[in-house]
Amino acid sequence: MSAPIVVGAGPAGISAALTLVEAGLRPLVIDEAARAGGQIFRRPPPGFVRPPAKLYGADAGAGVRLHKAFDALGDRIDYRPDTLVWSIEPETIHLQGPAGRDRLDRGPLLLATGATDRLLPVEGWTKPGVFSLGGSQVALKAQGCAIGRRVVFCGTGPLLYLVAYQYAKAGAKVAAVLDTSKFADSVRALPLLAADPAKLVRGVYYLAWLRAHGVPIHYGVRPVSVHGEAVTGLTWRDAGRRLNETSCDAVAMGYGLRSETQLADLAGVPFRFDAGRRQYLPETDQDGRSPAAAVYLAGDGAAVRGAAAAETAGRLAALALLADLGHRVDTAERDALRARMNRFERFARGLDVAFPFPVDLLDGAADDTLLCRCEAVTVGTMRHAVADLGAEEVNRAKAFVRPGMGRCQGRMCGLAASELYARLRGLPLDQAGRLRGQAPVKPIPMA
Amino acid sequence: MTGQFVRVAESGRPEIGFTLDGEALTALAGDTVLTAVLMQRRAVRRSEFGDGPRAGFCLMGACQDCWISDEGGRRFRACSTLVTEGMALVTLR
Repeated sequence: MSAPIVVGAGPAGISAALTLVEAGLRPLVIDEAARAGGQIFRRPPPGFVRPPAKLYGADAGAGVRLHKAFDALGDRIDYRPDTLVWSIEPETIHLQGPAGRDRLDRGPLLLATGATDRLLPVEGWTKPGVFSLGGSQVALKAQGCAIGRRVVFCGTGPLLYLVAYQYAKAGAKVAAVLDTSKFADSVRALPLLAADPAKLVRGVYYLAWLRAHGVPIHYGVRPVSVHGEAVTGLTWRDAGRRLNETSCDAVAMGYGLRSETQLADLAGVPFRFDAGRRQYLPETDQDGRSPAAAVYLAGDGAAVRGAAAAETAGRLAALALLADLGHRVDTAERDALRARMNRFERFARGLDVAFPFPVDLLDGAADDTLLCRCEAVTVGTMRHAVADLGAEEVNRAKAFVRPGMGRCQGRMCGLAASELYARLRGLPLDQAGRLRGQAPVKPIPMA
Repeated sequence: MTGQFVRVAESGRPEIGFTLDGEALTALAGDTVLTAVLMQRRAVRRSEFGDGPRAGFCLMGACQDCWISDEGGRRFRACSTLVTEGMALVTLR
C-alpha cells in the first residue's frame, strides 16, 4: 500500500499531514511553494525581518503555530517543496520538482489545493498595474512592496477591505475602495455572519479604520475601464450610474475567492454545482471524502471557507482517510469538528450574501474587452461563439474560440467565461457548464 | 524610469546586481524576479497576441502572466523565482 499523498501545504494540508503522522503514517507532502504555509500564511524568503504579527495580523498566532508544527515534522513526512503535481492518472501522479520530473504510485490522495481570486474582466484589466487582490497582498506580505504609488481596490469580498487596510497601515496610498456590493447587502448578511462574531468584528474594524483615515469607500460600484498603456486611472459608475474617474497607477481587483479544483477533476472526482458559491465544486461528504476511491478534499480547494475552517477540514479529511484505512477514529472529536465546520459554513454563506457576485458586470462590456488573458480572447469573440457558432455549453465555446485554453488553464477566466455564457444564453449558471481540467495543469518544461 | 512597485518595508536586505536588457541594476536579496523588474519598469513582457505589455497578475504562480527569459534563453515564472547575482534578464525591449 503506497503512502498517503497530501497535495498542498497551506492550513488544510498542514493539518492533514499532522493528523496522518499522529496516526503513525509517513505521508508525502507535495507543495508548490518553497516553504509551507499556503498563501494565507505564506512566509517571505530568507532575510526578511517583519514579525508574524505584521505579516498575518490577527491570525498571526494560528500562522506561527502551523509553521512550527509543520517544521517540527522533519523526516516523519516525505516533504517535496517547490514541486508541482501536473497530472493525476488512475495509478500514477506526475510531479515536476527541483530535480526534474518524477512519477509516484498513487496512494490515498488528500487534495488541499487552496483558492485563487475570483475575477471578472473589465476593459484594460491586462494592463501593467492591474493585479489580482490576492496578488496585491502577496506583494506586501512576501516582498514588502506595494503594487503602486496610488492603489485602487476594486471588486468585492472581505479581502477587499483587509488588503486596503493592510496597504494603508504599511504607508501605501489607497486612492479608493470601490465595492460592487451595496452596504445593505452586508446588513442583510448579519444573522449569518454572527456565526463568527470575532471575524465579523474584525471586518467592521477594517472598514471603520479606513473611513477614519479618509480613504474614500464607494458601494454599488461598477468598474468600466482601466486607462493608460500602464495604468493611469480607472473609470467607474457609482450606485447612481454616474461616471467617475479615479487617477491611480495600480488597481487590485477581486470578487471573492474560487476553489482551485483542477487536480480533483483529473483525479476523477465528480462535481456538483454550489449555487451560493457560483461554482462547480468537487463532490464530498461532510468530512471531505469524495466518491472517487481514496480521494479526499480539504480547505478552500473543496469550498472556500477561510483558513481556520481549512485547518479543521484538513484534520477531518485526514480522519476520514484513516478510518477508511481501518484506523480507529475518535468519533467524539470527529463530531466536534463537524459542528465547527457547520459554523464556518454558515459564516461563509453569510459572506456570499454580504458580497454578492455582480452578475450584470459583463453585460455592457465592450466587445474588445479581453476575457481570456492567456489567449487574448475577447468578450466579443465569446458573444460570437454563442450567437453565431451555437456553442451548446462553455467547453464547446472553448473548443470554438479558445477561452481558457492558454497557460493558466482557465484559472483566471474560466468562471467568468461560464458567467458570460449563462448571461448571453439567459440560462441559469449551472447550465453553462464548467471548463474541464486538463493536464498539465501548469506549464512544464519539455524534457 | 519609475517602476511599478514601491518598497514599503524590508529595505535593509543586501543588494544584488543583475542586468535588465543589458542595463546594470540592483535588487535586494530575496526579491523575486518580478519584484526586481517591477521596481525598475512597469512591465515584464509583451503579450504574444499583440495586445500590449504585461506585468504579471496573480503573484502566486497561477496565472502564468509573468514568464520572462534570461539572455541564455532560460524561461521562468518571474513571481516564483528569486533574483540571483548576475542574472541577465530580457524583457520587452
